[in-house]
Amino acid sequence: MVKKSNSTAAITREVTCPFCGILCDDLVIQNQNERLSILENGCPKAIAAFEGEVSVNSPKLKGKKVSLDEAINAVCQILKKSHTPLFAGLASDAGGIRQMMHLADNTGAIIDHMHGDALIRNTLVLQDLGWIMTTLSEIRNRADMIIFAGTDTTNFPRFFERVVWNKQSMFKLKNDQRQIVYIGDKLNTKPGINPNGKRPTVLNCKNEQIGEVISSLHAMVAGETINTKEIAGIKTKAVEALAEKMKSAKYGVIVWSPAELNIPHAELTIQNFCEIVKYMTRTTRFAGFSLAGNDGATTANSICAWQSGYPLRVNFNKGYPDYDAHRYSTHNVLKNKEADALLWINSFNSIVNPPRASIPSIVLGTPETKLKFKPDVFIPVSTPGVDHSGQLFRTDSVVALPLKQVRQSPYSSVDSILKQVIERM
Amino acid sequence: MYIKLTNGIVYDPVHGINGERRDIYIRDGYITRKPSSNTKIDKTYDLKNKIIMSGAIDIHTHIGGGKVNIARMMLPEDHQADLVSRTELTRSGCGYAAPSTLTAGYRYAEMGYTACFEPAMLPANARQAHMEMADTPMVDKGAYAMLGSDDFFLRMLASKKDQEAISDYVGWTINASQALGIKVVNPGGISAFKFNQRQLELDEVNQYYGTSPREILIALARAVTELGIPHPLHVHGCNLGVPGNMQTTLDTIKAVEGMRMHITHIQFHSYGTEGDKNFSSGAAEIAEAVNKNPNISIDVGQVLFGQTVTASGDSMRQYAGHWHAHPKKWVVMDIECDAGCGVVPFKYKDKNFVNALQWAIGLELFLLVDDPWRIFLTTDHPNGAPFTSYPHLIRLLMDRSFRNDMLSTINKDAAIASTLSSIDREYSLYDIAIMTRAAPARSLGLKNRGHLGSGAVADITVYSNNKDKEKMFSKPDYVFKDGEVIVRNGKITKVVQGATHTLRPEFDSGIEKSLKRYFDNYQAISLGNFKIDDDEIVEHGNGKIIVQPCT
Repeated sequence: MVKKSNSTAAITREVTCPFCGILCDDLVIQNQNERLSILENGCPKAIAAFEGEVSVNSPKLKGKKVSLDEAINAVCQILKKSHTPLFAGLASDAGGIRQMMHLADNTGAIIDHMHGDALIRNTLVLQDLGWIMTTLSEIRNRADMIIFAGTDTTNFPRFFERVVWNKQSMFKLKNDQRQIVYIGDKLNTKPGINPNGKRPTVLNCKNEQIGEVISSLHAMVAGETINTKEIAGIKTKAVEALAEKMKSAKYGVIVWSPAELNIPHAELTIQNFCEIVKYMTRTTRFAGFSLAGNDGATTANSICAWQSGYPLRVNFNKGYPDYDAHRYSTHNVLKNKEADALLWINSFNSIVNPPRASIPSIVLGTPETKLKFKPDVFIPVSTPGVDHSGQLFRTDSVVALPLKQVRQSPYSSVDSILKQVIERM
Repeated sequence: MYIKLTNGIVYDPVHGINGERRDIYIRDGYITRKPSSNTKIDKTYDLKNKIIMSGAIDIHTHIGGGKVNIARMMLPEDHQADLVSRTELTRSGCGYAAPSTLTAGYRYAEMGYTACFEPAMLPANARQAHMEMADTPMVDKGAYAMLGSDDFFLRMLASKKDQEAISDYVGWTINASQALGIKVVNPGGISAFKFNQRQLELDEVNQYYGTSPREILIALARAVTELGIPHPLHVHGCNLGVPGNMQTTLDTIKAVEGMRMHITHIQFHSYGTEGDKNFSSGAAEIAEAVNKNPNISIDVGQVLFGQTVTASGDSMRQYAGHWHAHPKKWVVMDIECDAGCGVVPFKYKDKNFVNALQWAIGLELFLLVDDPWRIFLTTDHPNGAPFTSYPHLIRLLMDRSFRNDMLSTINKDAAIASTLSSIDREYSLYDIAIMTRAAPARSLGLKNRGHLGSGAVADITVYSNNKDKEKMFSKPDYVFKDGEVIVRNGKITKVVQGATHTLRPEFDSGIEKSLKRYFDNYQAISLGNFKIDDDEIVEHGNGKIIVQPCT
């Protein structure tokens, strides 16, 4: 795939961007002397991540430089002594997560992803009710109504470009036929203005009140009347108008982002989305869509499910997988002193850092990682989809994409480091 | 290195060997002819009076891919009573109806199975299916790519593209998704559901494309024939679970005009509307049609009582069935203008008239279809029951008095409505060896599997004969995979990876030009990234690819 245009610059096409859950795969990336630039289809997130300079770093034991070999031995020593290690962060690709699962099984670890709180908001709804969901290409071609509930997709910068405002769609759905609705607070609704200038419907309310608005819509589409002037500070007439529009939609989609619904018991609001989608589907077609999957969250959750049987937050300490969505959160495990060692994995960025814990800590991080403490072991790791090939799951948990290598890295992958740990233990 | 299995009683239907004492020689993973008398035999297994068959092959089992993983995530209650601890050799896992991948691989091997085939791999989800299959150890695997509700195919059909172009697309799909066959599920119905159609008869058209299931079946069956794909078109028909669907199934058999077709989980498509409850067995009529049409093969999709989960690509019928979910939760998905899925947990109750009759209909089909070469043993795992119930099912087929004992415990009206008590047939070990080994291997085009002749891969299962066939088939004495012992007395002794079987049918690569344009215009993924490289299965999956020849 790497085409050399001259002796030093190489251009790679159809590059998958691993830096958000949408996994845009149309990037064109130039490598000039191992410095990358995005020639086409970069978003601010991708540009920052691909084009940043790679730091010089090395494996360290309590801040002291050592060889990779010594660092891996130190990891083995800590894990051998540990009764119950906590594997957290888990921002890696399919290869890294598969090795992590194997090591967790071998060492009796508790595992949780850095976006575990967001993940379980959906999982709890799946396990309580189930849902009707859809995927990116269906929305792109089919959805004549998209309701953004508590998200404006800012964290997924190309969502509108790639999915909403299309030049062509399979079923001749025109942009003017597509109704955009926002429900929530402080949302940037500008991307929802269609290329012909048609404005979206906006219902302003706090995130905590989205559930109330959705429940009211549910009552209205089911034929009930609500005898108040306002619902969550919104004129009841505006909510009624939306209910009427929903009834005439042919394929409506409710989009939420579990991480952005950062409210107590967000699962109840998500449950409201799923319930109204199911109700609408009795007569027309509706579906839900969850915007998530950053930092390999969907990948970790999916692989955890097929290898252990359970979605994330699993404890292998009893020899078999034990699932508990609350007890095994990173926060609770550390607070309740359930773990006696920490292995933190983040191969995608230096923004999310490990919690400081009073237990032996191993950090597999990008070379740019800057910590406020000196972990027992630090190993700089390469980034999937930049420094090595691999696979990642898109936010919909259905489509997985191949990742390409576009740069040579002096650092090892999480996959190869954990493989060595497994072999040496 | 030579291994000799001596004194065993061999069942090898491909070579007409029906319970004869024979020695088997293995060299470098393959079965070989008897070597010259001065050849050193490195290891001899004395298998006096043991039953020897080739490794069993499951032609239709949902072991890998998105919908099974949804079932795993949705149903922690399925797993909690079925926890599997790690051992020195094996990884931990859990699950009864929706087990973890590693656990599924171990359980299959411990039952004497050496190959399992995932029947419903959506091309859009193929990468996940292959990852899950790579994490299913012990057995060989492969998958059938699902077509027939995908927009690209439907628009080709709607615009009357010639058959050659359609065949090119089908050939491209097999290559791109690394598949071993083609499956169609509720032909065009998954797409129709996205346009809010709630049912689709064989000659009813999809309101957007104007295509009927009949046209879809014919186009895909022709493509499979023209490409030389060994396994016939694998068909999950219209109207799954609908009372009266027996007529749809009979019409579907006629629709393919003598072309080869495999109708899967036919039990769910063999219902009449007679009786007080407007639900009756159509097994006799279906069996008669199968007997009369040598181009047709079937697998049963036997229902066995208890809690399970139904996982299907048929989003239309799964949505319709969600009212019966037990427990009350369910998932339906629309996927990538390519396909869909539905996951609905279900409990089959022996005292429920419909469930009990479903059980009886499956057994009637097994016993009324004459030719064991054209009927395969499946429960459509996990839809009718988990695959771990196969030994129980084999006993029901081989032991009439056991079968009648069971019949006397089910819903009385269902027992009366069924002809089961009047059927005397008992399957023989030879019949079982056909339907679980020889026939599926032949149907899939796996020439060196499913038999024990020279040149066959040494995938071999050794059982102790037992009057209780459930016990016998639950716990083989030995399982050999590629000539190595991997199971002893029903327990894993060595972990192996197993290979992935694929095909590489030839097609005119000109089709990629229109596909490229199509993906660029409409899809959220590029054509290049849609395709699955060998490296992804080999390097990232620690697997091995075996390319089976097309005819």
